Amino acid sequence: MGLVQTEKLGNCGSLQREAVGIKRVVKCYGSFEALKGVSLSIADNEFFTLLGPSGCGKTTLLRSIAGFEDVTEGEIALYGLDIAALPPEQRPVNTVFQQYALFPHMSVRENVAFGLRMKGVAQAERQARAAEMLEMVHLSEFGDRLPSQLSGGQQQRVALARALAPRPRVLLLDEPLSALDLKLRQAMRVELKQLQETTGITFVFVTHDQEEALAMSDRIAVMSAGEVQQVGDPRTIYEAPVNRFVAEFIGETNVLPVTVSDVSAGRARVALAGCRDLIAQAPEDLSPGAHHVSIRPERLSLADGGEADLTARVERVVYLGTDLQLLACLPNGASLTVRLQNTARTSLPLQGQELGFQIEEGAVRLLVD
Amino acid sequence: MAARTDIRRYMGFGALTALCLTVLYVPLIVVAVYSFNASRSITAWGGFSTHWYVDVFVGPEAPIFRAAAWNSISIAFLASTAATVIAVAAAVAMVRGGRFRGRQTSFAIISLPLMVPEIVIAVATLIFFTTIGVRTGYGTILIAHITFCIPFAYLPISARLQGIEDTYELAARDLYATRWQAFRLILLPLMMPGVISGWLLAFIISLDDFIITNFVKGAGMETLPTAIFGSVKQGIKPNIMAISTLMLAVSVIFVTLSYLINRIGQKAR
Repeated sequence: MGLVQTEKLGNCGSLQREAVGIKRVVKCYGSFEALKGVSLSIADNEFFTLLGPSGCGKTTLLRSIAGFEDVTEGEIALYGLDIAALPPEQRPVNTVFQQYALFPHMSVRENVAFGLRMKGVAQAERQARAAEMLEMVHLSEFGDRLPSQLSGGQQQRVALARALAPRPRVLLLDEPLSALDLKLRQAMRVELKQLQETTGITFVFVTHDQEEALAMSDRIAVMSAGEVQQVGDPRTIYEAPVNRFVAEFIGETNVLPVTVSDVSAGRARVALAGCRDLIAQAPEDLSPGAHHVSIRPERLSLADGGEADLTARVERVVYLGTDLQLLACLPNGASLTVRLQNTARTSLPLQGQELGFQIEEGAVRLLVD
Repeated sequence: MAARTDIRRYMGFGALTALCLTVLYVPLIVVAVYSFNASRSITAWGGFSTHWYVDVFVGPEAPIFRAAAWNSISIAFLASTAATVIAVAAAVAMVRGGRFRGRQTSFAIISLPLMVPEIVIAVATLIFFTTIGVRTGYGTILIAHITFCIPFAYLPISARLQGIEDTYELAARDLYATRWQAFRLILLPLMMPGVISGWLLAFIISLDDFIITNFVKGAGMETLPTAIFGSVKQGIKPNIMAISTLMLAVSVIFVTLSYLINRIGQKAR
């Protein structure tokens, strides 16, 4: 599945219609640069996620697409049309807000129909469309209630219905799940993804939660400090991070200092103190010398003496149910985290035990700092 | 967390409170009670009677009071309405307008009538009207009242507006509402408790204004406070107490309403 998706997007990037085209967008607040020349191309019918820590500029970018922020420089195109100068009401995009922003003095139905009312759609038609939307989010019997009479999860769905009712070309979602509790959040992930597939509308989703991003997105743009660090499908982002920021921000990883001896054809021989030389995936233009590698904790497994790539001393065993997390210490003093699946065969390692670990082939990645 | 100091434990707190309440409220109570005095005296109790209330409406001074009451109420209504409209516009500009040039100055100008001594405004307004050659009367009272009512309407309105997140307007704009539609359909209804509260406050302020009105009213034009003052100059009669009590009741009702509406609005959010 993951591979197929990679193929599809890899090949079709240029063939598919571009839904949102962002070119060299700069946004300054006084002397502070929130966006430092961001360029992105979001394809039609794509679930695209802007992922990054708070303050990375992802929300500013979303607000710029919606029209709530005037960009200082650059172009924003929607299906080929430059929209950077248009006020929000003239942009065929709708937003789901973090705190939903449902109009508290209007019923759920009036909220959902508001966009259509503003577009001048006739009363009968917009009532029908609102009913259809409420049905889609399973809230048909709540149409006459006020937003304050609904639970957080229900309000969230009303916000979705309201934003989808006018059939926007692109739906913008600003951390819409962050106010929900864990169970609901996980259920909404699936629901959101289904909604995107059934409606065929391009979703641009903003979040700081990498798990959320991995679970739903067709492609992810990882942002930091006003710049896009990497764009790719979830698997590429997770397995082939281009730099240290992406590797550390997405999921758990071990970043270890190494010495690179020779590089050729995307592979490099790296020496990690206290273990045998490893072959790492490396960018073409990497020069030999001191670098860092990333090894995901779940790509390590227990191995006996001869097969072990490295040995480490167990400092602590954390029992997580499905997994065991080992916090270990390499001979050079660097710490190493290992995740082992908790199967019936697994015996709990002991604290202080010296264990050998094997690294899955291709799991060592050299990072650009 | 340190225990909060309970001010009731300060020495003399009780006595001071009693003194303040006495000075403030005993005269009001005396007026209210004596308005029901059957006797003509304003100091000796002669039994209960509503005679003076009847006198206010049908007695010898009734026509003067009736005309004055009509002027007062119509001016208060028009002035508070105009002041509220201006205050809403000012509040939206001040709270939602971002940091524009002259923002501080604008705020100072809006609140000026709260700080400048009323007598100064009264004299200045009169000089202004005579200088530009406007004849004093109903119109000049109205203009003066609108001016000094603005800050009273502005305060509750801007307080309310500050509590409303701007995402509601953004959401409306996002859903194809123009700036004006977003204001009329979303922001104004959300501001309404503050707007009504501001209007009621302005109404009361206008209704009982004496100093400024007295300066700019011109000859033969009376509002209730100036009419009462005129009547008192010929000696205090119990009918004045009755009319004062009526005004007190109106004020209490309006201020209470203003407070309640604000509180309901706060809860509804």
